[in-house]
Amino acid sequence: MSDHDYRPKSKVGQWFNDRLPLLTLANHLTDYPTPKNLNYWWTFGGILTFCLITQIVTGLTLAMHYIAHADMAFESVEHIMRDVNYGWLIRYIHANGASMFFLAVYIHIFRSLFYGSYKSPREIIWILGIIIYLLMMAAAFMGYVLPWGQMSFWGATVITNLFSAIPLVGEGIVTWLWGGYSVDNPTLTRFFTLHYLIPFLILGLVVLHIWALHVPGNNNPVGIDIKKPSKDTVPFHPYIVIKDGFALLMFMIVFAFFVFYAPNILGHADNYIEANPMVTPAHIVPEWYLLPFYAILRSVPDKLLGVVAMLSAILILAVLPWLDTSKIRSAVFRPLYRQFYWILVADVLILGYVGAMPAEGLYLLIARIATAYYFLHFLVILPVLGFKEKTLPVPLSITEPVLGGSPNLAAARNKESKIE
Amino acid sequence: MSEKKTKRRDFLFTATTAVGAVGAAAVVWPMIDQMNPDASVKALASTEVDVSSLTPGNTLTVLWRGKPVFIRRRTQEEIDEARKVKLEDLIHPEKDEDRAKNPEWLVMLGVCTHLGCVPLNGKGDYNGWFCPCHGSHYDTSGRIRKGPAPWNMEVPKYEFVDANTIKIG
Repeated sequence: MSDHDYRPKSKVGQWFNDRLPLLTLANHLTDYPTPKNLNYWWTFGGILTFCLITQIVTGLTLAMHYIAHADMAFESVEHIMRDVNYGWLIRYIHANGASMFFLAVYIHIFRSLFYGSYKSPREIIWILGIIIYLLMMAAAFMGYVLPWGQMSFWGATVITNLFSAIPLVGEGIVTWLWGGYSVDNPTLTRFFTLHYLIPFLILGLVVLHIWALHVPGNNNPVGIDIKKPSKDTVPFHPYIVIKDGFALLMFMIVFAFFVFYAPNILGHADNYIEANPMVTPAHIVPEWYLLPFYAILRSVPDKLLGVVAMLSAILILAVLPWLDTSKIRSAVFRPLYRQFYWILVADVLILGYVGAMPAEGLYLLIARIATAYYFLHFLVILPVLGFKEKTLPVPLSITEPVLGGSPNLAAARNKESKIE
Repeated sequence: MSEKKTKRRDFLFTATTAVGAVGAAAVVWPMIDQMNPDASVKALASTEVDVSSLTPGNTLTVLWRGKPVFIRRRTQEEIDEARKVKLEDLIHPEKDEDRAKNPEWLVMLGVCTHLGCVPLNGKGDYNGWFCPCHGSHYDTSGRIRKGPAPWNMEVPKYEFVDANTIKIG
């Protein structure tokens, strides 16, 4: 941040900036040198910021009408849908907004996986991202409980019961989480409190995430270290702002499609039935964005080990920078990793699919194979690949291969045509 | 330097930290414990159920502490089936005689010990209960036979107040 001296033009600006250097910060953000070859997969950071703000704004307005009480929560949500002016719109934006948030975060994570953005010197950015992702899952889960429908109630029961797998203290922890002997009013009110709190924790972590990003600067599709500022960079404003803005517009079209044309397609009809502790719905399924992990949980026939496997599947991502031994970041120059990458993408999609299906017969078998492969990818394939793989020659800068003189002109041109 | 003076300081630092830690713990504990079941929740500890209308082969489900309790009046076949099972074949070995003191009456929490769903009556491979969430099969004594659940369905503390009334809790 201190690599350039900035002085506001106006006297007032100077006076203010000497006391609180906000204008220096604003200048840093606009001038921030960005690799000139960033493709559209890099626009999801901005899209995610939009998603977070959308959830916070719609969430605050919903909280003005929602009643966090087991006897009234379900009705108050129907009240929002029927009586409150534009309540249906705000609630549908909030509910589908959660799905859009996860859609964007998955693309953002898989972009990092493809271009090796998690590698040195960006490990802290990556780990902060994983913490944000964990908090997102917690917020989404607790938010889903608030309408107090059948899926809310039984989803809450199943997920909180995961803690009962912990030896000795498990049952005590579950009772403590519930504030009773089953999911009930005390559970609902504390979930509402935490659901309200978590987005602001995420907001704080996003600031750290971006701060950590601005220390080394963005990774890029070629995955090489670049000089900043140089011929390889463009200022964030207006170049990236316009590109992010256009991508956001495209994203909002998808968002609006769900809100206006298919607002319930990502939900479950069972959640329009009020919570009933006497009857479990025939088929309990979490929201789509948690399905891969749900499939991993169910694929293990032991309660404790199932929970351990599910948590490991998420936490293994935090140590990814040390599991991937390859010095080359971008998959563009890693012919073998590129193939394993796509197998992993398919593997996660398969896990998501079987997670939505009943845990029996062929589905269970597929879930077990896919679970085994998931861990194989991170624990065996990635560490070994770094030593065995013959990588392609990497260009010295972003501009050099395009202007000629680089030994791997063909590879760079190939990449350029892919971006377009 | 002078070691004696340093030791005196060390003692002060240790004592201050220790007192501070105890003080912090004393403040933190109420914040944690407030989330445990409160007095009004604990007050709903027992419930009485009239079972006079229950005929053999039928189940009554009542709510106790927010959880369903199955009260099943078992048929002779069900009792025989439950009692002839060898203990070695069980995942969580418990005699049916211990679970149902009066063999005709099976009283247990209708909560799957896997992740807390309510199992369905008359389904599954063992003529007892089947949990639709993750596929646990229970026998006619409510004992886990197949699937991810680790334990048998729990038998709560209960007693017959008179011939027609069961007090749970």
